[in-house]
Amino acid sequence: MFIRTLLLLVVTQLIAATPLMAKSGEALFRQHCAACHGYDGSGGVGVPLTLPDFQYSVTDDYLRTTIRLGRPGRVMPAFPSLTDDDITQLVKYIRGWSYGKPYNYPDKPISGDVKHGEKLYMQYCAACHGQHGEGGQGTGVTFSRPRNLPIIAPALNNPGFLKAASDQFIKEALMNGRDGTPMISYRKHGLSEQDINDIVVYVRSFENIPLPLEQQPVESVEATMVFDSPYDLETTIKNIKEAAVGNNFRLIREQSLDYGLVEPEKENTKQRIVYFCNFSTLNKALAIDPRVGLFLPCRITAVEKNGKVKVYAINPKRLSSLFNNAELNKLCNEMSETYLSIIEDATL
Amino acid sequence: MKLPTSGCLLIAAFLLLFSPILQAEDLLMARVAATFPESMLKLQTVLKKNGQKLSRVQRVDIGLTKSGFKTDKYRIVFFGRPEEVRQISDQYPMLIPYLPHKIAIFAEEDETLLVAPNPEHLFVSDDPKLKAIIKRWHDDLVKIFHDMRED
Repeated sequence: MFIRTLLLLVVTQLIAATPLMAKSGEALFRQHCAACHGYDGSGGVGVPLTLPDFQYSVTDDYLRTTIRLGRPGRVMPAFPSLTDDDITQLVKYIRGWSYGKPYNYPDKPISGDVKHGEKLYMQYCAACHGQHGEGGQGTGVTFSRPRNLPIIAPALNNPGFLKAASDQFIKEALMNGRDGTPMISYRKHGLSEQDINDIVVYVRSFENIPLPLEQQPVESVEATMVFDSPYDLETTIKNIKEAAVGNNFRLIREQSLDYGLVEPEKENTKQRIVYFCNFSTLNKALAIDPRVGLFLPCRITAVEKNGKVKVYAINPKRLSSLFNNAELNKLCNEMSETYLSIIEDATL
Repeated sequence: MKLPTSGCLLIAAFLLLFSPILQAEDLLMARVAATFPESMLKLQTVLKKNGQKLSRVQRVDIGLTKSGFKTDKYRIVFFGRPEEVRQISDQYPMLIPYLPHKIAIFAEEDETLLVAPNPEHLFVSDDPKLKAIIKRWHDDLVKIFHDMRED
């Protein structure tokens, strides 16, 4: 009986687990990638994966490393929990959009003059890829940007990119350019092969330079800001509203925490939310990352319990760390300061 | 040999422990192959089906196109379980700013994107009760997004 029960449990579990273990590339793509890259790989928040030149120029190893490590600070997340087999399935699926075999790069590091490479980089590459290789601003190709606009220049100093891209991969991009993107062939543009090698060596040298502060991982902070208010609930609410307006926000609404969830007469009037918004900051944030709706609208909650009033707000710094977007981190640091300023004004 | 009930449970727990891990993303996202109005309707149905009550819908898009954006379809949907909101706000007030739950929903051409923070990555706690609440939130969101993806 024991053996039978045990076998039954093992078999049941195996049956339940099998579809997960043997998930097809398509199923994995739909679950993990399609939200950003589109079901058809045409791009969205993420870059398009179907461009013929992209398919031709990236190796399976490049795709594999990119999926595994992502692009720290550049929206594309790392996928540490996917198995090697999952990633192989995903790469196979992405390759389904390919028109032929990818380019076969020689496995040979490139040597050159890093100083000369830096000079050429500043002259030809920095305008799109940034002075420090930090890449173009913004994310994806839709929502805030029409789909027919070119994709954003990649961050060449990104640890994920530098791990994924071999020297020969970078050289090939410089030699031949990328059709369907603003990246032109610098060979045709007049640079010699040695010039291009020098640029490759300079780009590779980004590995030894610490990332600029705004691109470094966000420090771990508490998800919630909590303050005591020395005032009663009504005065605290009034102060929050005045402080928000004083910090250039427009009041949107005030409601109880359980508004809409319970009958109006049963709402807990001791838990109140003040919503406010600065439309200029909102538009700036949406242009950086269309997913920032999760921060919206700005709100502060005042709660009275046992005669004491506390004030609560999200910590934008903490929430921002979920977006893997260095540009957004900068804005969220400012937002955290603003929240702090409003709450301090309201409770001092 | 007869296996006691506790033994069965122990083995089941052991087997479940080694089940494959499903989600690890910081943000939970879903793409719905349907237009924005259809997806909005579907989201309301899916929330209800999953035992959630809609609190309200916030428009974010007023004037977006005037500001140069290519869509004016962007909403924040607030929802929750009334009793849970009451209990949690009382027992774990640090979660208050994240209540009711919210999903950002916006159009991307003829499709719709949904985004929510992964609660398991947002909140870190050693308190087993709080951990269970956070896991339930996570599982609820995963289920809602799964249902939204399904035709």
